[in-house]
Amino acid sequence: MAKVLMKGNEAIGEAAIRAGCVHFFGYPITPQSEVPEYLAKRLPEVGGRFVQAESEVAASNMIYGAAGVGMRVLTTSSSPGISLMAEALSYIAACELPVVLVNIMRAGPGLGGILPSQGDYLQATKGTAHGDFDLIVLAPDSVQEAVRLVISAFELAEKYRNPVMVIGDGMIGQMMEPVEFPDEVKGPPLDPGDWALTGCAGREKRIINSLYLDPDFADRHNRKLKAKFERIREAEQRWEAYNCDGPCDLLVVSFGMMSRICKTAIEELKAEGFKIGLFRPITLKPYPYEALRKAADKAKRIISIEMNMGQMIEDVKLAALGTKPIDFFGMAGGLVPSPDDVVAALRDSLKKAGAGGKAR
Amino acid sequence: MASTEVLMAGFGGQGMLLSGKLLAHAAMTLGKQVSWLPSYGPEMRGGTANVTVCVSDKPVGSPYITRPTALLVMNQPSLEKFGSRVREGGLIVINSSLIPIKSDRADCKVLYVDAAELARKAGTARAANLVMLGCYVGWSDIVERESVVKEIEEEFSSKAKFIPANVAAYEAGYEAGLKLRGGA
Repeated sequence: MAKVLMKGNEAIGEAAIRAGCVHFFGYPITPQSEVPEYLAKRLPEVGGRFVQAESEVAASNMIYGAAGVGMRVLTTSSSPGISLMAEALSYIAACELPVVLVNIMRAGPGLGGILPSQGDYLQATKGTAHGDFDLIVLAPDSVQEAVRLVISAFELAEKYRNPVMVIGDGMIGQMMEPVEFPDEVKGPPLDPGDWALTGCAGREKRIINSLYLDPDFADRHNRKLKAKFERIREAEQRWEAYNCDGPCDLLVVSFGMMSRICKTAIEELKAEGFKIGLFRPITLKPYPYEALRKAADKAKRIISIEMNMGQMIEDVKLAALGTKPIDFFGMAGGLVPSPDDVVAALRDSLKKAGAGGKAR
Repeated sequence: MASTEVLMAGFGGQGMLLSGKLLAHAAMTLGKQVSWLPSYGPEMRGGTANVTVCVSDKPVGSPYITRPTALLVMNQPSLEKFGSRVREGGLIVINSSLIPIKSDRADCKVLYVDAAELARKAGTARAANLVMLGCYVGWSDIVERESVVKEIEEEFSSKAKFIPANVAAYEAGYEAGLKLRGGA
């Protein structure tokens, strides 16, 4: 298929259709409302179903139900809306149902603002909701990668029967970039296996439920979920290492759109003789700790750059295990660090690293 | 051309987001790497609206640009807000129909275009945004002249009666840009 110029939000909607997902339940919220807008128009054209729920709470329980009967299903929202969906996510993870959700993050906390943010990193990767469970979290840095990762999210969700979140900031939802879609459309429905509620005539009945009053059973279930995440950790880590071939003065760790702003800043400082690497986790969960550790080994110093007040830096510290000094630079509230802001932050870190660059 | 970043700004409704989309799409069709990043803040409707279009031979790094190489402004608030941010040696295109002041940037090339008047003469006063785009393309050669005409035809394909005047407005801007380049 030829390249088209498309808004990130619309491309995410189209990617879901290409992944064979024709069921969407959601509720509008800036800056992701173009996803439901696009799917409201497109899904009837492909024989799908679009439901605008009465709230995010309802939408998240609708995807719970749809996944339970073996449907490939998507919801999308933005930060405050994702918080409202958190309870259902815990239930969905407990019941091991494959759903995909997209969070196009806006500034918080609270109702916050509509401008870009990465303030939900910790929510997505650590404390999404109550109980022991793990999401798979994917963070694209372009509209094209958003398409690739949404398609990948459905594959991962079904492979592991686990909820998968694709997380981006408002910029990636609102910007247009050239994008190519795979020609092939995956046929629904997903394989209902031995778990989906498809009508029990002629077979044993199945129950999808997350109430475990027997502690021994509940303990075994928790161990099973943890073992599953260990398999995910082994097999599914993804990252990009940019300029990380040899020793470097500084290693930048950044994800999503922020990493592209960092790349521009890194290129600018390259002209002055500074060698700066960039490590970009693509799977925020499972986090690529080992790969980051290897990249960090070649650097004098590390800086985590995020559109928040310092969230991913906790994982950067876990990766580096105290071997290197780690700086932080970030902005919040909807402010996006410009390439100039990043250059200034990198200069500070380079100075602390004792890097001279070319004599000037 | 290595990399060009164009900031296009005006009141919401003046059509700069559309001009940016036409430019980005034309450049993409010509095989360039592009990005189109709009302001989508609460000030957008009726307030100022702007878009940054990056056009490059290499993958676009940051689509968020605070020091563009070119600025196209439809109204005075946009010139006052963004005029100082253009890179040294850059280009500023000013809609002189609505902006009575001059740019104070001696280190940039500044073009003044009577965009509303040229659009009116072309048959639609609402196409001042396309005069501005035409002027920029005529001056800069960032994309081929015809490629934007094709984009306008495509954009208005469901409202075909608007195509001739909008193309004429773009062409009028292009000629103005070409003439200003000749005199530079």
